[in-house]
Amino acid sequence: MANVTLRNVRKTYTGGFEAIKGVNVDVGDGQFCVLVGPSGCGKSTLLRMVAGLETVTGGEIDIGGKVVNQVEPADRDIAMVFQNYALYPHMSVFNNMAYGLRNRGMKEAEIKTRVEEAARVLELSAMLERKPRQLSGGQRQRVAMGRAIVRQPKVFLFDEPLSNLDAKLRIAMRVEIRKLQRRLNVTSIYVTHDQLEAMTLADILVVMNGGQVEQIGNPLAIYEKPATTFVASFIGAPPMNLMATRADEIKSQLGGSAGDAGILGIRPEDFVITDQTPAGGVALSLTVEAIERVGAETFVYGARAEEEQHVAATPGELPPGEIIVRIPGTEAPAIGEKIRVAAVRSKLHLFSGDGRKRVEA
Amino acid sequence: MVEQEGFRRYVAHIILWIGIAIVAFPVYVAFVASTQDNALIANGQMSLLPGGHFFEVYYQTIFVGTSGTTREPVGNMMLNSLVMALMVAVGKIAISIISAYAIVYFRFPLRMPIFWLIFITLMLPVEVRIYPTYKIVADLHMLDSYAGLSLPLIASATATLLFRQFFMTVPDELLEASRIDGAGPLRFFWDTLLPLSRTNMAALFVILFILGWNQYLWPLLITTRDDMQTIQIGIRKMMTTNDALTEWPIVMATAVLAMLPPVFVVVAMQKLFVRGLVETEK
Repeated sequence: MANVTLRNVRKTYTGGFEAIKGVNVDVGDGQFCVLVGPSGCGKSTLLRMVAGLETVTGGEIDIGGKVVNQVEPADRDIAMVFQNYALYPHMSVFNNMAYGLRNRGMKEAEIKTRVEEAARVLELSAMLERKPRQLSGGQRQRVAMGRAIVRQPKVFLFDEPLSNLDAKLRIAMRVEIRKLQRRLNVTSIYVTHDQLEAMTLADILVVMNGGQVEQIGNPLAIYEKPATTFVASFIGAPPMNLMATRADEIKSQLGGSAGDAGILGIRPEDFVITDQTPAGGVALSLTVEAIERVGAETFVYGARAEEEQHVAATPGELPPGEIIVRIPGTEAPAIGEKIRVAAVRSKLHLFSGDGRKRVEA
Repeated sequence: MVEQEGFRRYVAHIILWIGIAIVAFPVYVAFVASTQDNALIANGQMSLLPGGHFFEVYYQTIFVGTSGTTREPVGNMMLNSLVMALMVAVGKIAISIISAYAIVYFRFPLRMPIFWLIFITLMLPVEVRIYPTYKIVADLHMLDSYAGLSLPLIASATATLLFRQFFMTVPDELLEASRIDGAGPLRFFWDTLLPLSRTNMAALFVILFILGWNQYLWPLLITTRDDMQTIQIGIRKMMTTNDALTEWPIVMATAVLAMLPPVFVVVAMQKLFVRGLVETEK
């Protein structure tokens, strides 16, 4: 049981590339922290620094009240689940789980109890004598989890553990991991690029971009009040629609209430198709260009009548002038039809012109 | 068309049979000669069918040796060759797997220069560095000893390179998982890397054993005593006689015996080798 605190953590590689540019995160005891961001944002590097697999070039990493910057991975009391599982191919499932315990000089009887208990929890009891290659992807993933559990560490570290599984299994394992973590109540740090995984698993969500933290907080709070346009477009699927406020159509509707905001964001799910313009809200005229029906909901892709966006394109963002509208059910306008969509005032997100700051108006 | 197909197939078979005959016939003649009476061979009246002296010739070859030249039982020569080939093969594998481990997994000053130095020794086989090597072995009083026979041949750039390439394909995560599991460098080497290298070691053993077994120049130089000579040297010595007749049946029997251990190693290791290949998965 332990807190994990990162204080102004930095990583500069020889050659000068700055992978982590000063990160502050505080993960409370038993909490599930998810690091999310596009590839190359430094989330895996940060996790590996907590594990002790990468050196720390600045700041402090504190596990359970002890600064561990110089401590060997084995002595940090952590366990890690790797993306490719990193099971020892020549050892049986039992030995894979027991290896770390044997290296610590634990008694065989105790090892046996722990491994069998973990195998029971993970439904691996029937496969303890098999080699990793005789297991399916999901089973290998569970063995990797088992290897972490038997250690009874202070902290679990997960490095995209589900990305090698197929979509169905991924959802099932996601739920499993969350249940297991709740039951064992072990502080966990989990890296993923999948925003859905991040939203569903996290107690604390850390959105990273370019080696920096964009926003830290409760997942729903981040969804409701994204701090930057990057977070706004990264969290939530399909991504938030972002438009420049100086576009004539929007400017006239927002009037002075936009303050010094330069970018307006509206989530696809906050639009309704209507001819009215709600007071203080925004209405847009769209020409329907594409429709995606997924059963419970339908996504309408429309082009705005007036388009001349100069919003910097960040990952997950729409091309300028294109708007996604999510409507429930399968009823949708025809392609080429002109529609008018509107969002109420409380659903508008306003950001500074460079997208780096949320503007409350 | 069908006839032509058949004709082509016959041609292919005939060519293959000719190839087999070219390779196998001398071996067969050696075997036949080793079962005949020496006088018959000397007269040029050797039959192409095995003679009746098989047991007598092989008994004399293995336990007594020739009556003229070396007088050393071939059994003893085979033992010398076996010890040398085993020491060379096992030593080469041990040394090169350790040096490959150092080069791939450790960061130390001059790592790459050292790697290139090892690489360059590929261009310096025993034949090229024979004088300095002989001098060193002589100064260390290792002439006429198993150590002198095998130690200078043990360093191997080829095997080091092979293990290096293999280690570089082992996923980094395995090392990282080992580190988190509390395994130090030695444990990682012993518990993970060695078991994974089994197939490579088997393949190398086959090649290196045969290489060691077939050494000629080096043992010729550093062994002077008859009881230290290897079988390859023995064959050569038996053939050179001053006045007496070369004892061809015994020479041929020795040649046949010299072939057996490499054949045995290939056949025996091939199974392990294939099994290892099937089982390996990273």
